[in-house]
Amino acid sequence: MKTIIVVGNGMVGYKFCEKFVANDASKDFKIIVFGEEPRPAYDRVHLSEYFENKDAKALEMAPSSWYEENGIKLITEARVTDISRNTKTITTANDDKYAYDYIVLATGSSAFVPPIKGIEKEGVFVYRTIEDLDATMNYVAKLKSEGTQKRAAILGGGLLGLEAAKALIDMGLETAVVEFAPRLMPRQLNGDASKSLQTKLEALGIEILLSKATQQLTGNDAITGMQFSEEETVPFDMLLVSAGIRPRDELAKTCNLEIGTRGGILVSNDMRTSDPNIFAIGECALLNSMIYGLVAPGYDMAEVAVAQILGNSEASMPTEIDMSTKLKLSGIDVASFGDALNENGGVEIVYENGYEGIYKSIIVDKEGKSLLGGIMVGDASDYSMLHQIFLNGMKIPEDPAQLILPATDGAASLGDVMDLPGEAQVCSCESVTKGQICGVIESGEAKDLADVVSCTKAGTGCGGCKPMVADLTTATLKSLGIEVKDTVCEHFDFNRQDLYKIIEVKGYTTFNEVLDNHGNGGHGCELCKPLVASLMATIHADTANKEYAIQDSNDRFLANIQRNGTYSVVPRVPGGEITPDKLIALGEIAKKYDLYTKITGGVRIDLFGATLNQLPLIWKELIAHGFESGHAYGKSLRTVKTCVGSTWCRYGMDESVSFGIELENRYRGIRAPHKIKGGVSGCIRECAEARGKDFGLIAVEGGWNLYVGGNGGANPRHAELFAEQIDNKTVIKYLDRYLMFYMRTAKPLQRTAAWQERLEGGLEYLKEVIIEDKLGIAEDLEAEMQTLVNKFECEWTQAVNDPEVMKRFNHFVNSEEEDDNIVFVPLREQKMPEPWV
Amino acid sequence: MEEILEHYTTTKLEDVQVWFKAASVKDFPKDGGACVKYKEKQIAVFNFARLNKWYACQNVCPHKMEMVLSRGMIGDDKGMPKVACPLHKKTFSLENGENLNGDLEAIATYPVKIEGENVYIGFLE
Repeated sequence: MKTIIVVGNGMVGYKFCEKFVANDASKDFKIIVFGEEPRPAYDRVHLSEYFENKDAKALEMAPSSWYEENGIKLITEARVTDISRNTKTITTANDDKYAYDYIVLATGSSAFVPPIKGIEKEGVFVYRTIEDLDATMNYVAKLKSEGTQKRAAILGGGLLGLEAAKALIDMGLETAVVEFAPRLMPRQLNGDASKSLQTKLEALGIEILLSKATQQLTGNDAITGMQFSEEETVPFDMLLVSAGIRPRDELAKTCNLEIGTRGGILVSNDMRTSDPNIFAIGECALLNSMIYGLVAPGYDMAEVAVAQILGNSEASMPTEIDMSTKLKLSGIDVASFGDALNENGGVEIVYENGYEGIYKSIIVDKEGKSLLGGIMVGDASDYSMLHQIFLNGMKIPEDPAQLILPATDGAASLGDVMDLPGEAQVCSCESVTKGQICGVIESGEAKDLADVVSCTKAGTGCGGCKPMVADLTTATLKSLGIEVKDTVCEHFDFNRQDLYKIIEVKGYTTFNEVLDNHGNGGHGCELCKPLVASLMATIHADTANKEYAIQDSNDRFLANIQRNGTYSVVPRVPGGEITPDKLIALGEIAKKYDLYTKITGGVRIDLFGATLNQLPLIWKELIAHGFESGHAYGKSLRTVKTCVGSTWCRYGMDESVSFGIELENRYRGIRAPHKIKGGVSGCIRECAEARGKDFGLIAVEGGWNLYVGGNGGANPRHAELFAEQIDNKTVIKYLDRYLMFYMRTAKPLQRTAAWQERLEGGLEYLKEVIIEDKLGIAEDLEAEMQTLVNKFECEWTQAVNDPEVMKRFNHFVNSEEEDDNIVFVPLREQKMPEPWV
Repeated sequence: MEEILEHYTTTKLEDVQVWFKAASVKDFPKDGGACVKYKEKQIAVFNFARLNKWYACQNVCPHKMEMVLSRGMIGDDKGMPKVACPLHKKTFSLENGENLNGDLEAIATYPVKIEGENVYIGFLE
């Protein structure tokens, strides 16, 4: 067993671990990771999100448990201070010693703080770690408590600085970006592109000060301003420094590894330092005389180091490393790739639209045969395609200007994604090629975009390639003859939202009315029928008994069909609260009908193995004991899971059970595009796992924090923080609006998480609609939800009281007999269906 | 399990020997189905009201051999009348029994006739 010591637990250090343990040969190694920060590695690329949601967990690359599960020893808040190459040991700040066979230095970088006079003053911060952000936010809070309008400056108009500027302006400060160069993002943009970006940022209220060399910071203890020249001093109450990075090479220096003249641990393209047993990867490594400050090359370096340690001596970094970037700055697209600044004598073609604030330029070679680089501001929708054309040296149109001119007559001016070569790297963060993406679809492993993402990890890094991954998925599915239209099915040329409006406006009450008036002349199918049924239920508050032949089988029989054609029965147990008498009743009924009994994932009780004929008999008895339908079979509210809350729990902040019951009873029975689950936790310990639900509430000091859009399933998603410290009434108001908006606009079978993620404008837009009522529909949404709540009726009670409905549950239409084809076999002390062959 | 399938053979109208009176028209949902028992057979019968036609086929889905097709939704696939199995949405032509979204064995179909208020299914024996 050999020992690898990884120094540094940032994104690249983490990626090294991830890639290492994914390899079978890793079993012969023990990995010890040292991280200086108090928490496991987090996503620094999306650090600015922390300003919004203060949710450090959401940024984690993997929870601490992941390291343990993979046999990795993670030691946080520990700094390695010395490496002894003779004895092959390292020493930590606590004077602990560890022996190693290999060291991987992933120490990253620190924020560069220029030596300006007065830089040590109070109110000056850097932008690098979660702790930095906490300190910044605390200071902002302190400034704001003073009551007057305060001003913040960002030193550095690069990528990070501009992100930070948006965050500060959102916190309510007047914000200015101070840049030494005559343009913004000087490494990526030319002067005209910068101007275009500047205009857009200024429209957001961000002041841009270019060509400013800061002489000193004014103020006694705390900063009061920045002096640019003898004549010019601009007042500021705080300063955030984002002026570049410096590689953390101090540890490498302690053991005399070779260091570049301007810093950085010297590595060859196999990522080994001057000591072959010590590797350096990420922002601390100096490769080709360059520090690569992007995550994608860092991940590639991690992969090379993994391969080298596992014995693949061929593995190496490519000679040309792609430094293309695409990002959304405060909603503004900015992208640059290749020789964006035309430093190698290419020919520049520019398209500029001042009216729409769009700037695009491309650099082509003198013969006009290949694309060398480009810049996009304001609209980067063509970035992925141009980037691929550049990376793969693909043919460009005879008139290269077509690449950036807006498409006329709707035809795409660019080539088709399918023209890319198989080895084209689509996702550079996770190194996923076009071939891999198409491969998982062709093999049947992936059936849609979500599958592709989970199989290949494409799009899970910076997310910039997502549109292209989506296009590739669609095109590959199409080439396999799989329908990918947005319309609901072949019977309608409409999507779900169109049909919603049609039924609402025309007031249709039957499937045939909708099909005859708006269909394509066919007779419906298993896709459009249940969809229309669901829409009718939402619009007219119908139960599934209304037009049962168009219901999905589960809704038709008000139960979940199981493997052998029998059904399961789940009565509603709101909030999971149940009396002993009711519990006994459930047990007695299960025993009487010999049902397999299990507690469900939603903490209620599921009774399996009921034949069609037994269903109404069982339900009659359940209803007599005060139960009602749990809608476990419907695309509707399932459960609102609760922890015991302040009624019993010594830590509880609020009555989670009471509120959970209220919410479950409020939304029971409503039909939605997909199932909906809720959770209510009485404190931040979150025992109800509310953040794994479509809506979740966590009691905090002063009210509830409301989270939306979470789910378990194949792609687990944590719900996102939507509103803080709100009271019960406001929770219901927002939830009414949120759920109704979801029910109105989602695609068929789209959970809230996927819907929310694909909403144009994202969570911010959703907040504007739900909280600020940007569309002026909040009252309608509330009223619609209230109608559904008022009209709720238990459909099982309806069914057992109507002899006509009861007939539906006979297995045979001409006999009282049951299906004799059903076979059960024993399982532990219960039974199960005979397994399928 | 495969022996279940031996009970079911597609029956052409001209070969019908027995017309079995299954149930009354009103016992079947419009544009939906129900299951009829005939000897040891389970037959799914559909009232395709939109086409003003009736269809019958084996109730067992050849995918997992469960007796569930009568509980499936009906509709059409580019004009071909079909039923979708409630278990995994395998679809079968109601005209010729062919599996429309896979390569499962075709299901057996049977002729149906309506006389007065009654629904009859045609069998070989």
